[in-house]
Amino acid sequence: MSAATRPFDVDAIRADFPILRRMLDPDTPMIYLDGGATSQRPQQVIDAEVAYLTNDHAAVKRGAHRMAGAATDAYEDARERIASFLGAPSPDEVAFTKNATEALNLVARSLGDGDASTPEHLRVREGDEILVTEMEHHANLVPWQELARRTGATLRWIPLADDFTLDLTDLDSLLTERTKVLALTHQSNVLGTINPVGRLVEAARAVGALTVLDAAQSVPHMPVDVAGLGVDFVALSGHKMLGPTGIGVLWGRHELLAQMPPFLTGGSMIETVTMEASTYAEPPARFEAGTPPISQAVGLAAACDYLDALGMDQIAAHEQALTLRALEGLSAIDGVRIIGPAASPERTGAVAFDLAGRHPHDVGQVLDSLGIEVRVGHHCAWPLHRRYGLHGTTRASFSVHTTDAEVDALVAGVARTVEFFGALS
Amino acid sequence: MSSQLSALYTELVIEHDKRPLHAGLREPFEAEVHHVNPTCGDEITLRLHLAGDGTERIEDLSYDAVGCAMSRASASIMADLLIGHGVEEMEPVRTHFEAAMGSRGRIEGDEDLIGDGVALLGAARFPARVKCVLMPWKAYQAALVEARALRG
Repeated sequence: MSAATRPFDVDAIRADFPILRRMLDPDTPMIYLDGGATSQRPQQVIDAEVAYLTNDHAAVKRGAHRMAGAATDAYEDARERIASFLGAPSPDEVAFTKNATEALNLVARSLGDGDASTPEHLRVREGDEILVTEMEHHANLVPWQELARRTGATLRWIPLADDFTLDLTDLDSLLTERTKVLALTHQSNVLGTINPVGRLVEAARAVGALTVLDAAQSVPHMPVDVAGLGVDFVALSGHKMLGPTGIGVLWGRHELLAQMPPFLTGGSMIETVTMEASTYAEPPARFEAGTPPISQAVGLAAACDYLDALGMDQIAAHEQALTLRALEGLSAIDGVRIIGPAASPERTGAVAFDLAGRHPHDVGQVLDSLGIEVRVGHHCAWPLHRRYGLHGTTRASFSVHTTDAEVDALVAGVARTVEFFGALS
Repeated sequence: MSSQLSALYTELVIEHDKRPLHAGLREPFEAEVHHVNPTCGDEITLRLHLAGDGTERIEDLSYDAVGCAMSRASASIMADLLIGHGVEEMEPVRTHFEAAMGSRGRIEGDEDLIGDGVALLGAARFPARVKCVLMPWKAYQAALVEARALRG
Protein backbone atom coordinates (compact mmCIF):
# COMPACT_ATOMS: atom_id res chain seq x y z
CA MET A 1 0.00 0.00 0.00
CA SER A 2 1.08 3.53 -0.58
CA ALA A 3 -0.24 7.04 0.04
CA ALA A 4 -3.18 8.30 -2.01
CA THR A 5 -2.21 10.25 -5.11
CA ARG A 6 -5.62 11.56 -6.18
CA PRO A 7 -8.45 13.23 -4.29
CA PHE A 8 -11.43 11.07 -3.32
CA ASP A 9 -13.91 12.63 -5.73
CA VAL A 10 -16.83 10.26 -6.31
CA ASP A 11 -17.94 11.99 -9.52
CA ALA A 12 -14.46 11.62 -10.99
CA ILE A 13 -14.33 8.01 -9.81
CA ARG A 14 -17.69 7.28 -11.44
CA ALA A 15 -16.40 8.66 -14.73
CA ASP A 16 -13.76 5.89 -14.65
CA PHE A 17 -16.40 3.14 -14.66
CA PRO A 18 -18.00 2.97 -18.12
CA ILE A 19 -20.65 0.45 -17.02
CA LEU A 20 -22.16 2.97 -14.63
CA ARG A 21 -23.48 4.87 -17.65
CA ARG A 22 -25.67 1.93 -18.58
CA MET A 23 -29.45 2.39 -18.46
CA LEU A 24 -31.59 -0.60 -17.50
CA ASP A 25 -34.73 0.89 -19.06
CA PRO A 26 -34.87 4.11 -21.07
CA ASP A 27 -35.54 6.04 -17.86
CA THR A 28 -33.89 3.74 -15.29
CA PRO A 29 -30.20 4.24 -14.54
CA MET A 30 -28.33 1.26 -13.15
CA ILE A 31 -27.56 1.48 -9.44
CA TYR A 32 -24.98 -1.19 -8.77
CA LEU A 33 -24.98 -2.25 -5.12
CA ASP A 34 -23.57 -5.74 -5.61
CA GLY A 35 -19.81 -5.20 -5.43
CA GLY A 36 -19.76 -7.83 -2.70
CA ALA A 37 -20.59 -10.43 -5.36
CA THR A 38 -18.39 -8.97 -8.07
CA SER A 39 -17.06 -5.47 -8.56
CA GLN A 40 -17.26 -3.38 -11.69
CA ARG A 41 -13.99 -2.41 -13.35
CA PRO A 42 -12.59 1.01 -14.03
CA GLN A 43 -11.40 1.86 -17.53
CA GLN A 44 -7.81 1.76 -16.24
CA VAL A 45 -8.15 -1.98 -15.47
CA ILE A 46 -9.87 -2.72 -18.78
CA ASP A 47 -7.19 -0.73 -20.63
CA ALA A 48 -4.33 -2.51 -18.88
CA GLU A 49 -5.60 -5.91 -20.03
CA VAL A 50 -6.20 -4.62 -23.55
CA ALA A 51 -2.72 -3.06 -23.68
CA TYR A 52 -1.12 -6.31 -22.58
CA LEU A 53 -3.10 -8.34 -25.12
CA THR A 54 -2.39 -5.76 -27.83
CA ASN A 55 1.35 -5.57 -27.28
CA ASP A 56 2.88 -8.21 -25.07
CA HIS A 57 0.92 -11.47 -25.08
CA ALA A 58 2.67 -14.84 -25.29
CA ALA A 59 3.02 -17.90 -23.04
CA VAL A 60 4.95 -17.06 -19.90
CA LYS A 61 8.08 -18.78 -18.63
CA ARG A 62 8.71 -20.84 -21.76
CA GLY A 63 10.16 -20.17 -25.15
CA ALA A 64 13.29 -18.18 -25.98
CA HIS A 65 11.61 -15.57 -28.13
CA ARG A 66 11.32 -11.94 -27.17
CA MET A 67 7.54 -12.06 -26.82
CA ALA A 68 7.83 -14.80 -24.19
CA GLY A 69 10.13 -12.44 -22.34
CA ALA A 70 7.71 -9.53 -22.63
CA ALA A 71 4.80 -11.64 -21.35
CA THR A 72 6.86 -13.09 -18.50
CA ASP A 73 7.95 -9.60 -17.47
CA ALA A 74 4.35 -8.38 -17.48
CA TYR A 75 3.24 -11.36 -15.40
CA GLU A 76 6.08 -11.14 -12.87
CA ASP A 77 5.74 -7.36 -12.62
CA ALA A 78 2.10 -7.95 -11.74
CA ARG A 79 3.14 -10.36 -9.00
CA GLU A 80 5.48 -7.74 -7.56
CA ARG A 81 2.76 -5.11 -7.70
CA ILE A 82 0.29 -7.31 -5.84
CA ALA A 83 2.91 -8.26 -3.27
CA SER A 84 3.59 -4.59 -2.52
CA PHE A 85 -0.15 -3.82 -2.39
CA LEU A 86 -0.63 -6.53 0.22
CA GLY A 87 2.48 -5.68 2.22
CA ALA A 88 3.98 -9.09 1.43
CA PRO A 89 7.69 -9.31 2.26
CA SER A 90 8.45 -11.01 -1.07
CA PRO A 91 6.71 -11.60 -4.44
CA ASP A 92 7.71 -15.26 -4.06
CA GLU A 93 5.01 -15.49 -1.40
CA VAL A 94 2.29 -14.60 -3.93
CA ALA A 95 0.78 -17.46 -5.94
CA PHE A 96 -1.86 -16.76 -8.56
CA THR A 97 -4.93 -18.97 -8.55
CA LYS A 98 -8.28 -18.93 -10.33
CA ASN A 99 -10.06 -17.18 -7.45
CA ALA A 100 -10.15 -17.05 -3.65
CA THR A 101 -12.00 -20.38 -3.60
CA GLU A 102 -9.10 -22.07 -5.38
CA ALA A 103 -6.57 -20.39 -3.07
CA LEU A 104 -8.39 -21.81 -0.03
CA ASN A 105 -8.70 -25.23 -1.67
CA LEU A 106 -4.97 -25.11 -2.40
CA VAL A 107 -4.13 -24.78 1.29
CA ALA A 108 -6.76 -27.27 2.46
CA ARG A 109 -5.71 -29.87 -0.10
CA SER A 110 -1.99 -29.43 0.49
CA LEU A 111 -2.34 -29.75 4.27
CA GLY A 112 -3.92 -33.17 3.80
CA ASP A 113 -1.44 -34.39 1.20
CA GLY A 114 1.82 -34.43 3.12
CA ASP A 115 3.99 -37.51 3.67
CA ALA A 116 6.84 -38.46 5.99
CA SER A 117 8.99 -35.69 4.48
CA THR A 118 6.43 -32.99 5.38
CA PRO A 119 6.86 -31.20 8.71
CA GLU A 120 4.22 -32.20 11.26
CA HIS A 121 2.74 -28.69 11.54
CA LEU A 122 1.89 -28.79 7.81
CA ARG A 123 0.08 -32.13 7.99
CA VAL A 124 -3.52 -32.52 9.09
CA ARG A 125 -4.21 -36.05 10.24
CA GLU A 126 -6.67 -38.18 12.15
CA GLY A 127 -7.15 -36.82 15.65
CA ASP A 128 -6.28 -33.27 14.63
CA GLU A 129 -8.84 -30.49 14.67
CA ILE A 130 -9.67 -27.82 12.14
CA LEU A 131 -11.38 -24.71 13.49
CA VAL A 132 -13.55 -22.45 11.32
CA THR A 133 -16.39 -20.05 12.14
CA GLU A 134 -20.15 -20.21 11.65
CA MET A 135 -20.06 -17.08 9.49
CA GLU A 136 -17.85 -18.49 6.73
CA HIS A 137 -18.61 -18.25 3.04
CA HIS A 138 -18.95 -21.79 1.64
CA ALA A 139 -15.51 -21.23 0.03
CA ASN A 140 -13.90 -21.23 3.48
CA LEU A 141 -16.04 -24.00 4.91
CA VAL A 142 -16.51 -26.77 2.35
CA PRO A 143 -12.75 -27.24 1.62
CA TRP A 144 -12.18 -27.74 5.37
CA GLN A 145 -15.10 -30.16 5.62
CA GLU A 146 -13.46 -32.07 2.78
CA LEU A 147 -10.04 -31.97 4.46
CA ALA A 148 -11.61 -33.40 7.61
CA ARG A 149 -13.35 -36.12 5.60
CA ARG A 150 -10.15 -37.08 3.76
CA THR A 151 -7.91 -37.15 6.82
CA GLY A 152 -10.17 -38.17 9.68
CA ALA A 153 -9.58 -34.84 11.40
CA THR A 154 -12.44 -33.15 13.25
CA LEU A 155 -14.03 -29.92 12.05
CA ARG A 156 -15.10 -27.50 14.78
CA TRP A 157 -16.41 -23.98 14.58
CA ILE A 158 -16.63 -20.76 16.55
CA PRO A 159 -20.35 -20.00 16.83
CA LEU A 160 -22.09 -16.75 15.99
CA ALA A 161 -23.57 -14.65 18.78
CA ASP A 162 -26.94 -12.90 18.72
CA ASP A 163 -25.17 -9.59 18.05
CA PHE A 164 -23.82 -10.86 14.70
CA THR A 165 -20.23 -11.17 15.91
CA LEU A 166 -18.28 -14.31 16.75
CA ASP A 167 -19.06 -15.76 20.16
CA LEU A 168 -15.60 -16.21 21.68
CA THR A 169 -16.88 -17.33 25.09
CA ASP A 170 -15.67 -20.90 24.62
CA LEU A 171 -12.61 -20.10 22.54
CA ASP A 172 -10.28 -21.80 25.01
CA SER A 173 -12.05 -25.12 24.58
CA LEU A 174 -12.38 -24.75 20.79
CA LEU A 175 -8.82 -23.68 20.09
CA THR A 176 -6.52 -26.21 21.75
CA GLU A 177 -3.25 -27.98 21.13
CA ARG A 178 -5.26 -30.40 18.94
CA THR A 179 -6.09 -27.53 16.56
CA LYS A 180 -3.91 -27.66 13.45
CA VAL A 181 -5.61 -24.90 11.48
CA LEU A 182 -7.76 -21.89 12.22
CA ALA A 183 -9.49 -20.68 9.04
CA LEU A 184 -11.66 -17.61 9.21
CA THR A 185 -12.94 -14.73 7.21
CA HIS A 186 -11.58 -11.24 7.74
CA GLN A 187 -14.97 -9.72 7.10
CA SER A 188 -18.34 -11.44 6.76
CA ASN A 189 -19.78 -11.16 3.25
CA VAL A 190 -23.29 -11.03 4.73
CA LEU A 191 -23.09 -9.32 8.11
CA GLY A 192 -20.29 -6.87 7.33
CA THR A 193 -18.73 -7.86 10.66
CA ILE A 194 -14.94 -7.45 10.79
CA ASN A 195 -13.46 -10.21 12.91
CA PRO A 196 -10.88 -9.62 15.67
CA VAL A 197 -8.12 -11.21 13.62
CA GLY A 198 -5.30 -10.00 15.88
CA ARG A 199 -6.72 -11.63 18.99
CA LEU A 200 -7.58 -14.86 17.20
CA VAL A 201 -4.21 -15.13 15.49
CA GLU A 202 -2.46 -14.64 18.81
CA ALA A 203 -4.55 -17.39 20.37
CA ALA A 204 -3.92 -19.71 17.41
CA ARG A 205 -0.18 -19.11 17.58
CA ALA A 206 -0.16 -19.86 21.27
CA VAL A 207 -1.37 -23.40 20.50
CA GLY A 208 0.77 -23.79 17.37
CA ALA A 209 -2.11 -23.69 14.88
CA LEU A 210 -1.76 -22.35 11.34
CA THR A 211 -4.01 -19.41 10.44
CA VAL A 212 -5.77 -19.01 7.10
CA LEU A 213 -7.56 -15.75 6.38
CA ASP A 214 -10.26 -15.35 3.73
CA ALA A 215 -9.70 -11.71 2.79
CA ALA A 216 -11.85 -11.67 -0.36
CA GLN A 217 -14.27 -9.22 1.26
CA SER A 218 -11.79 -7.09 3.19
CA VAL A 219 -8.97 -6.38 0.74
CA PRO A 220 -11.18 -4.30 -1.59
CA HIS A 221 -12.52 -2.16 1.23
CA MET A 222 -9.84 -1.45 3.84
CA PRO A 223 -6.07 -1.37 4.24
CA VAL A 224 -4.83 -4.95 4.60
CA ASP A 225 -1.21 -5.63 5.45
CA VAL A 226 -0.66 -9.39 5.33
CA ALA A 227 2.63 -9.30 7.19
CA GLY A 228 1.19 -7.07 9.91
CA LEU A 229 -1.85 -9.30 10.45
CA GLY A 230 0.38 -12.12 11.64
CA VAL A 231 -1.55 -14.79 9.73
CA ASP A 232 0.07 -17.60 7.76
CA PHE A 233 -2.08 -17.62 4.61
CA VAL A 234 -4.36 -15.06 2.96
CA ALA A 235 -6.78 -15.74 0.08
CA LEU A 236 -8.40 -13.14 -2.12
CA SER A 237 -10.20 -12.73 -5.45
CA GLY A 238 -9.35 -10.28 -8.23
CA HIS A 239 -12.92 -9.72 -9.33
CA LYS A 240 -14.06 -8.35 -5.96
CA MET A 241 -11.33 -5.68 -5.92
CA LEU A 242 -12.07 -3.95 -9.25
CA GLY A 243 -9.94 -6.52 -11.09
CA PRO A 244 -10.68 -9.29 -13.58
CA THR A 245 -12.46 -12.59 -13.01
CA GLY A 246 -10.40 -15.75 -13.35
CA ILE A 247 -7.67 -14.64 -10.99
CA GLY A 248 -7.20 -15.02 -7.27
CA VAL A 249 -4.23 -14.79 -4.96
CA LEU A 250 -2.83 -16.98 -2.26
CA TRP A 251 -0.31 -15.24 -0.08
CA GLY A 252 1.58 -17.55 2.26
CA ARG A 253 4.70 -17.35 4.41
CA HIS A 254 7.58 -18.52 2.28
CA GLU A 255 8.96 -20.94 4.84
CA LEU A 256 5.57 -22.69 4.89
CA LEU A 257 4.93 -22.69 1.14
CA ALA A 258 8.46 -24.05 0.61
CA GLN A 259 7.62 -27.21 2.61
CA MET A 260 4.11 -27.81 1.31
CA PRO A 261 3.18 -30.39 -1.33
CA PRO A 262 1.56 -29.05 -4.52
CA PHE A 263 -2.16 -28.79 -5.16
CA LEU A 264 -2.67 -28.98 -8.94
CA THR A 265 0.11 -30.68 -10.85
CA GLY A 266 1.34 -30.57 -14.44
CA GLY A 267 3.36 -28.18 -16.53
CA SER A 268 5.19 -25.15 -15.10
CA MET A 269 5.20 -26.43 -11.53
CA ILE A 270 7.92 -29.08 -11.92
CA GLU A 271 11.66 -29.19 -11.38
CA THR A 272 12.43 -32.56 -13.06
CA VAL A 273 10.14 -35.15 -14.61
CA THR A 274 10.83 -38.78 -15.50
CA MET A 275 8.31 -41.46 -16.46
CA GLU A 276 8.32 -42.68 -12.87
CA ALA A 277 8.17 -39.51 -10.81
CA SER A 278 8.70 -35.77 -10.60
CA THR A 279 10.15 -33.18 -8.30
CA TYR A 280 8.62 -29.80 -7.89
CA ALA A 281 9.63 -26.20 -8.37
CA GLU A 282 10.07 -23.75 -5.53
CA PRO A 283 7.08 -21.56 -4.63
CA PRO A 284 5.27 -19.76 -6.09
CA ALA A 285 5.76 -21.77 -9.32
CA ARG A 286 5.01 -25.00 -7.42
CA PHE A 287 1.45 -23.79 -6.94
CA GLU A 288 0.86 -22.49 -10.47
CA ALA A 289 0.36 -25.57 -12.66
CA GLY A 290 -0.42 -24.93 -16.31
CA THR A 291 -0.61 -21.65 -18.19
CA PRO A 292 -1.61 -19.03 -15.62
CA PRO A 293 -4.13 -16.17 -15.95
CA ILE A 294 -1.67 -13.70 -17.50
CA SER A 295 -3.79 -10.82 -18.76
CA GLN A 296 -5.87 -11.14 -15.60
CA ALA A 297 -2.72 -10.70 -13.47
CA VAL A 298 -1.90 -7.56 -15.42
CA GLY A 299 -5.46 -6.29 -14.89
CA LEU A 300 -5.27 -7.09 -11.18
CA ALA A 301 -2.03 -5.10 -10.87
CA ALA A 302 -3.82 -2.15 -12.50
CA ALA A 303 -6.65 -2.56 -9.97
CA CYS A 304 -4.06 -2.34 -7.16
CA ASP A 305 -2.74 0.86 -8.75
CA TYR A 306 -6.27 2.24 -8.93
CA LEU A 307 -7.09 1.41 -5.30
CA ASP A 308 -3.73 2.71 -4.07
CA ALA A 309 -4.14 6.00 -5.91
CA LEU A 310 -7.44 6.55 -4.08
CA GLY A 311 -5.94 5.34 -0.81
CA MET A 312 -7.39 2.39 1.08
CA ASP A 313 -7.93 4.55 4.17
CA GLN A 314 -10.06 6.96 2.16
CA ILE A 315 -11.97 4.11 0.52
CA ALA A 316 -12.70 2.65 3.95
CA ALA A 317 -13.88 6.03 5.25
CA HIS A 318 -16.11 6.55 2.19
CA GLU A 319 -17.74 3.15 2.58
CA GLN A 320 -18.12 3.60 6.36
CA ALA A 321 -20.11 6.78 5.73
CA LEU A 322 -22.31 5.02 3.17
CA THR A 323 -22.88 2.13 5.57
CA LEU A 324 -23.95 4.48 8.36
CA ARG A 325 -26.34 6.25 5.97
CA ALA A 326 -27.84 2.96 4.77
CA LEU A 327 -28.22 1.55 8.29
CA GLU A 328 -29.99 4.70 9.47
CA GLY A 329 -32.29 4.85 6.47
CA LEU A 330 -33.18 1.17 6.35
CA SER A 331 -33.69 0.80 10.11
CA ALA A 332 -36.33 3.53 9.98
CA ILE A 333 -38.54 1.44 7.64
CA ASP A 334 -41.20 -0.64 9.36
CA GLY A 335 -40.51 -4.34 8.87
CA VAL A 336 -36.80 -4.02 8.12
CA ARG A 337 -34.49 -6.04 10.34
CA ILE A 338 -30.80 -5.44 9.74
CA ILE A 339 -28.86 -8.73 9.77
CA GLY A 340 -25.55 -7.41 11.00
CA PRO A 341 -24.05 -5.20 13.70
CA ALA A 342 -24.96 -1.56 14.22
CA ALA A 343 -22.69 0.99 12.57
CA SER A 344 -19.21 0.81 14.05
CA PRO A 345 -15.59 0.70 12.90
CA GLU A 346 -15.90 -3.10 13.30
CA ARG A 347 -18.32 -3.48 10.41
CA THR A 348 -18.20 -2.43 6.79
CA GLY A 349 -20.29 -1.89 3.73
CA ALA A 350 -22.20 -5.12 3.28
CA VAL A 351 -25.68 -4.38 4.58
CA ALA A 352 -28.01 -7.38 4.70
CA PHE A 353 -31.59 -7.21 5.87
CA ASP A 354 -34.82 -9.14 6.22
CA LEU A 355 -38.07 -7.49 5.22
CA ALA A 356 -40.84 -8.83 7.44
CA GLY A 357 -40.18 -12.38 6.27
CA ARG A 358 -40.84 -11.42 2.65
CA HIS A 359 -38.69 -13.70 0.51
CA PRO A 360 -35.50 -11.89 -0.61
CA HIS A 361 -36.07 -12.99 -4.20
CA ASP A 362 -39.28 -10.98 -4.19
CA VAL A 363 -37.55 -7.97 -2.58
CA GLY A 364 -34.72 -8.07 -5.12
CA GLN A 365 -37.20 -8.28 -7.98
CA VAL A 366 -38.96 -5.06 -6.96
CA LEU A 367 -35.63 -3.30 -6.34
CA ASP A 368 -34.40 -4.40 -9.77
CA SER A 369 -37.50 -2.89 -11.38
CA LEU A 370 -36.24 0.39 -9.91
CA GLY A 371 -32.75 -0.20 -11.28
CA ILE A 372 -31.28 -1.17 -7.90
CA GLU A 373 -29.06 -4.23 -8.26
CA VAL A 374 -28.65 -6.09 -4.97
CA ARG A 375 -27.87 -9.66 -4.04
CA VAL A 376 -30.60 -11.96 -2.71
CA GLY A 377 -30.49 -15.41 -1.16
CA HIS A 378 -28.04 -17.03 1.23
CA HIS A 379 -24.93 -15.44 -0.34
CA CYS A 380 -23.00 -18.73 -0.11
CA ALA A 381 -23.31 -18.55 3.68
CA TRP A 382 -26.13 -20.97 4.34
CA PRO A 383 -25.12 -21.94 7.91
CA LEU A 384 -25.00 -18.26 8.89
CA HIS A 385 -28.57 -17.78 7.67
CA ARG A 386 -29.74 -20.92 9.46
CA ARG A 387 -28.17 -19.61 12.66
CA TYR A 388 -30.50 -16.62 12.54
CA GLY A 389 -33.55 -18.60 11.39
CA LEU A 390 -33.46 -17.14 7.89
CA HIS A 391 -33.71 -18.72 4.45
CA GLY A 392 -32.01 -15.75 2.89
CA THR A 393 -31.46 -12.03 3.06
CA THR A 394 -31.30 -9.06 0.71
CA ARG A 395 -27.82 -7.54 0.66
CA ALA A 396 -26.58 -4.21 -0.61
CA SER A 397 -22.82 -3.79 -0.80
CA PHE A 398 -20.98 -0.56 -1.45
CA SER A 399 -17.99 0.29 -3.59
CA VAL A 400 -15.66 3.19 -4.33
CA HIS A 401 -18.18 4.54 -6.86
CA THR A 402 -21.28 4.35 -4.64
CA THR A 403 -22.91 7.72 -3.88
CA ASP A 404 -25.09 9.01 -1.07
CA ALA A 405 -27.87 9.42 -3.65
CA GLU A 406 -27.64 5.74 -4.54
CA VAL A 407 -27.92 4.76 -0.88
CA ASP A 408 -30.94 7.04 -0.59
CA ALA A 409 -32.43 5.37 -3.69
CA LEU A 410 -31.95 1.99 -1.99
CA VAL A 411 -33.75 3.18 1.13
CA ALA A 412 -36.59 4.67 -0.94
CA GLY A 413 -36.70 1.47 -3.01
CA VAL A 414 -37.08 -0.72 0.06
CA ALA A 415 -39.88 1.56 1.27
CA ARG A 416 -41.56 1.16 -2.15
CA THR A 417 -41.14 -2.62 -1.86
CA VAL A 418 -43.03 -2.58 1.43
CA GLU A 419 -45.78 -0.54 -0.24
CA PHE A 420 -45.87 -2.83 -3.26
CA PHE A 421 -46.41 -6.00 -1.30
CA GLY A 422 -48.56 -4.21 1.25
CA ALA A 423 -50.81 -2.87 -1.49
CA LEU A 424 -51.10 -6.29 -3.11
CA SER A 425 -52.01 -8.13 0.06
CA MET B 1 -43.11 0.53 -10.84
CA SER B 2 -42.70 -1.26 -14.14
CA SER B 3 -45.56 -2.99 -15.89
CA GLN B 4 -43.37 -6.10 -16.15
CA LEU B 5 -43.31 -6.18 -12.37
CA SER B 6 -47.09 -6.13 -12.13
CA ALA B 7 -47.13 -8.82 -14.84
CA LEU B 8 -44.98 -10.91 -12.51
CA TYR B 9 -46.77 -10.29 -9.23
CA THR B 10 -50.32 -10.64 -10.50
CA GLU B 11 -53.16 -10.60 -7.99
CA LEU B 12 -53.60 -14.34 -8.53
CA VAL B 13 -49.94 -15.00 -7.66
CA ILE B 14 -50.18 -12.93 -4.50
CA GLU B 15 -53.44 -14.68 -3.57
CA HIS B 16 -51.93 -18.16 -4.02
CA ASP B 17 -48.83 -17.08 -2.08
CA LYS B 18 -50.88 -15.79 0.84
CA ARG B 19 -53.47 -18.55 0.90
CA PRO B 20 -51.90 -21.55 -0.80
CA LEU B 21 -54.27 -24.38 -1.82
CA HIS B 22 -53.69 -27.95 -0.63
CA ALA B 23 -50.64 -26.87 1.43
CA GLY B 24 -49.28 -29.05 4.25
CA LEU B 25 -48.02 -32.61 4.28
CA ARG B 26 -50.67 -35.33 4.42
CA GLU B 27 -51.00 -39.12 4.58
CA PRO B 28 -51.22 -41.46 2.79
CA PHE B 29 -48.57 -41.14 0.12
CA GLU B 30 -46.44 -43.43 -1.99
CA ALA B 31 -43.58 -41.04 -2.64
CA GLU B 32 -42.03 -38.09 -0.84
CA VAL B 33 -39.34 -35.91 -2.41
CA HIS B 34 -37.40 -32.91 -1.20
CA HIS B 35 -36.10 -30.42 -3.74
CA VAL B 36 -33.85 -27.44 -3.10
CA ASN B 37 -32.90 -24.52 -5.31
CA PRO B 38 -29.26 -24.10 -4.27
CA THR B 39 -28.96 -20.57 -5.63
CA CYS B 40 -31.60 -19.10 -3.32
CA GLY B 41 -32.20 -21.83 -0.75
CA ASP B 42 -35.85 -22.39 -1.65
CA GLU B 43 -37.16 -25.78 -0.59
CA ILE B 44 -40.16 -27.95 -1.26
CA THR B 45 -41.15 -31.24 0.28
CA LEU B 46 -43.80 -32.92 -1.83
CA ARG B 47 -45.87 -36.07 -1.31
CA LEU B 48 -47.77 -37.90 -4.02
CA HIS B 49 -50.63 -40.32 -3.49
CA LEU B 50 -51.90 -42.24 -6.52
CA ALA B 51 -55.09 -44.31 -6.66
CA GLY B 52 -54.58 -47.92 -5.70
CA ASP B 53 -56.64 -49.26 -8.62
CA GLY B 54 -53.89 -48.88 -11.20
CA THR B 55 -55.52 -45.90 -12.94
CA GLU B 56 -52.80 -43.46 -11.80
CA ARG B 57 -55.38 -41.02 -10.61
CA ILE B 58 -53.72 -38.37 -8.44
CA GLU B 59 -55.66 -38.84 -5.19
CA ASP B 60 -53.59 -36.30 -3.28
CA LEU B 61 -50.59 -34.07 -3.72
CA SER B 62 -49.47 -32.41 -0.52
CA TYR B 63 -46.49 -30.19 0.01
CA ASP B 64 -44.55 -27.84 2.26
CA ALA B 65 -42.95 -25.01 0.27
CA VAL B 66 -40.52 -22.41 1.56
CA GLY B 67 -39.61 -19.83 -1.01
CA CYS B 68 -40.51 -16.73 -2.94
CA ALA B 69 -44.01 -15.75 -3.92
CA MET B 70 -43.55 -17.24 -7.40
CA SER B 71 -42.47 -20.67 -6.20
CA ARG B 72 -45.13 -20.90 -3.52
CA ALA B 73 -47.88 -19.76 -5.88
CA SER B 74 -46.65 -22.26 -8.45
CA ALA B 75 -46.90 -25.13 -5.95
CA SER B 76 -50.42 -24.05 -5.00
CA ILE B 77 -51.61 -23.76 -8.60
CA MET B 78 -49.98 -27.06 -9.57
CA ALA B 79 -51.59 -28.98 -6.71
CA ASP B 80 -54.98 -27.54 -7.60
CA LEU B 81 -54.56 -28.49 -11.25
CA LEU B 82 -53.37 -32.05 -10.58
CA ILE B 83 -55.42 -33.37 -7.69
CA GLY B 84 -58.30 -35.53 -8.84
CA HIS B 85 -56.94 -36.06 -12.32
CA GLY B 86 -55.05 -38.87 -14.05
CA VAL B 87 -51.30 -38.59 -14.56
CA GLU B 88 -51.54 -39.14 -18.34
CA GLU B 89 -54.47 -36.75 -18.63
CA MET B 90 -52.34 -34.01 -17.02
CA GLU B 91 -49.21 -34.56 -19.12
CA PRO B 92 -50.31 -32.04 -21.79
CA VAL B 93 -50.88 -29.53 -19.00
CA ARG B 94 -47.40 -30.08 -17.59
CA THR B 95 -45.65 -29.97 -20.97
CA HIS B 96 -47.53 -26.89 -22.14
CA PHE B 97 -46.79 -25.07 -18.89
CA GLU B 98 -43.08 -25.97 -19.03
CA ALA B 99 -42.83 -24.93 -22.68
CA ALA B 100 -44.53 -21.59 -22.00
CA MET B 101 -42.30 -20.95 -18.97
CA GLY B 102 -39.20 -21.64 -21.01
CA SER B 103 -40.30 -19.50 -23.97
CA ARG B 104 -39.26 -16.09 -22.63
CA GLY B 105 -42.79 -14.90 -23.33
CA ARG B 106 -43.07 -16.21 -26.91
CA ILE B 107 -45.69 -18.83 -26.02
CA GLU B 108 -48.86 -17.39 -24.65
CA GLY B 109 -50.34 -19.78 -22.13
CA ASP B 110 -53.60 -21.61 -22.88
CA GLU B 111 -55.86 -20.86 -19.96
CA ASP B 112 -58.16 -23.78 -20.82
CA LEU B 113 -55.19 -26.07 -20.30
CA ILE B 114 -53.24 -24.55 -17.42
CA GLY B 115 -55.88 -22.50 -15.61
CA ASP B 116 -54.40 -20.17 -12.98
CA GLY B 117 -50.99 -21.22 -14.31
CA VAL B 118 -51.27 -18.37 -16.84
CA ALA B 119 -50.84 -16.00 -13.92
CA LEU B 120 -47.28 -17.35 -13.48
CA LEU B 121 -46.20 -16.78 -17.06
CA GLY B 122 -44.97 -13.25 -16.31
CA ALA B 123 -41.95 -15.01 -14.79
CA ALA B 124 -41.05 -16.38 -18.23
CA ARG B 125 -39.60 -12.95 -19.05
CA PHE B 126 -37.33 -13.13 -15.99
CA PRO B 127 -34.90 -16.02 -16.60
CA ALA B 128 -33.79 -16.01 -12.96
CA ARG B 129 -37.37 -16.70 -11.87
CA VAL B 130 -38.22 -19.56 -14.25
CA LYS B 131 -36.49 -22.02 -11.92
CA CYS B 132 -38.58 -20.78 -8.98
CA VAL B 133 -41.81 -21.52 -10.83
CA LEU B 134 -40.71 -24.88 -12.21
CA MET B 135 -39.29 -26.30 -8.95
CA PRO B 136 -42.65 -27.71 -7.73
CA TRP B 137 -43.23 -29.34 -11.12
CA LYS B 138 -39.77 -30.92 -11.07
CA ALA B 139 -40.53 -32.23 -7.58
CA TYR B 140 -43.85 -33.67 -8.85
CA GLN B 141 -42.06 -35.44 -11.72
CA ALA B 142 -39.48 -36.91 -9.35
CA ALA B 143 -42.22 -38.08 -6.98
CA LEU B 144 -44.04 -39.68 -9.90
CA VAL B 145 -40.93 -41.66 -10.87
CA GLU B 146 -40.59 -42.87 -7.28
CA ALA B 147 -44.26 -43.75 -6.92
CA ARG B 148 -44.21 -45.71 -10.18
CA ALA B 149 -41.02 -47.54 -9.16
CA LEU B 150 -42.72 -48.58 -5.94
CA ARG B 151 -45.55 -50.14 -7.90
CA GLY B 152 -43.08 -51.94 -10.15
